[in-house]
Amino acid sequence: MGEPVKSSDAAADNQAILSREIRDIEESYKASVAAGAPAETQPRIDYPPYRSSILRHPTKSLHHADPETIELHSPAFGHQDVHALESNLTIQHGGEPLGERMILKGKVLDGDGRPVTGQLVEIWQANSAGRYIHKRDQHPAPLDPNFTGVGRCITGPDGSYEFLTIKPGAYPWKNHLNAWRPAHIHFSLFGTEFTQRIVTQMYFPGDQLFPLDPIYQSIVDQGARDRLVATYNHDLTSPEWALGYEWDIVLTGPKRTWTENEAYGEQGEDSEH
Amino acid sequence: MSTEKTMTEKLTPTPGQTVGPFFGYALPYEKGGELLAPGTPGSIRLAGTVYDGNGEPIPDAILEIWQADAAGNVVTETGSLVRDGYTFTGFGRAPVGNTGKYTFTTVNPGATEPGKAPFIAMAVFARGLMNRLFTRAYLPEDTEALANDPLLASLEPARRKTLIAERLADGSLHFDVRLQGEDETVFLDFASPASREG
Repeated sequence: MGEPVKSSDAAADNQAILSREIRDIEESYKASVAAGAPAETQPRIDYPPYRSSILRHPTKSLHHADPETIELHSPAFGHQDVHALESNLTIQHGGEPLGERMILKGKVLDGDGRPVTGQLVEIWQANSAGRYIHKRDQHPAPLDPNFTGVGRCITGPDGSYEFLTIKPGAYPWKNHLNAWRPAHIHFSLFGTEFTQRIVTQMYFPGDQLFPLDPIYQSIVDQGARDRLVATYNHDLTSPEWALGYEWDIVLTGPKRTWTENEAYGEQGEDSEH
Repeated sequence: MSTEKTMTEKLTPTPGQTVGPFFGYALPYEKGGELLAPGTPGSIRLAGTVYDGNGEPIPDAILEIWQADAAGNVVTETGSLVRDGYTFTGFGRAPVGNTGKYTFTTVNPGATEPGKAPFIAMAVFARGLMNRLFTRAYLPEDTEALANDPLLASLEPARRKTLIAERLADGSLHFDVRLQGEDETVFLDFASPASREG
């Protein structure tokens, strides 16, 4: 600490300044990989181009811990918690929401490729005009009285989830002057262990805003970024009804199985790949 | 590559992303922080404030807790999102308020195994936080179990105390979360199985 901290929400810098910062970090990452450093798979929690992160990330490294019993289990969710209709975001009001109707389907898997069954998936998103229904969203784009943008479901026996929704619009924010988020859907996921809990964002293929967005770019590895981008699937597209997108999610571990198989050493050696 | 287990292809985990500013109409739910109704005999309050690196409260964070019941059992009951008012599910979710304060109503977790130090597992999400963070709020009472806890034993005293909740006179637990700074909370990395060999 000691030196003055930049105001985290000042929106003073323009895109050219941000893009240079983003590029510098990426080039330094590529050089380190070329020199033999392992590929990164998660976002950097210390990523200054996302200004709000400056005072909100731990500066001490995360402390390695063996999960204890409670952390090797996950809370249970079921049909007491989630109604089947909550996966359809287009029927929550009196009429049809505006925008491009889309089917979004995929699987939740663990690191061994096994389906995560009977677990909670939650999503939230902007409407087709890029406006969130949240009261702090002051973007002067129209709210849609027929769209809230919140959905939930419980994964099936094969780990599958499916939502019917409206494609969200790009969204302006105040990270810097003329900052726009690529269209995205927020996802919240549970696994079979609490250690697998993640919240993330799904993006759409070919978005021109990817190179400009510090949240997407906080994942410095292109291969890792690609894991957040859905695939357009014409076979999933429903004629005269909705476009189809597919996106699978892979959680970590689970480590409970490794314990049972006493496979720490073998698993540990290739765990970074 | 000698066993079937090691033949299994390893998939790379999907990256996390920040929860962003607009989770407030999506993630919080009615009675999310009330694992038990306030005032239920045996219930306690777990409360605290989430701070940034300047020591300012963060008004847009959301916390989750996951814990054993009072007897130390891992609960497998559904119904955390739609509480029936009687079933203890072990899971809660609570956003902080405008002053960064959060509150859960829960029970003191029991030890999951004899001699283990009981704690409440916590996940932290906030605007400006790129990925969720894990931590633990240990109960302060069983000093012998705390001394024997592998995680706490691996930390220097100043860091260790960030994980031990304070018991207030009314029986409640006070546990602040500091994302950055001098008293930064210890956040956990479960990602590397290699670290468990030692």
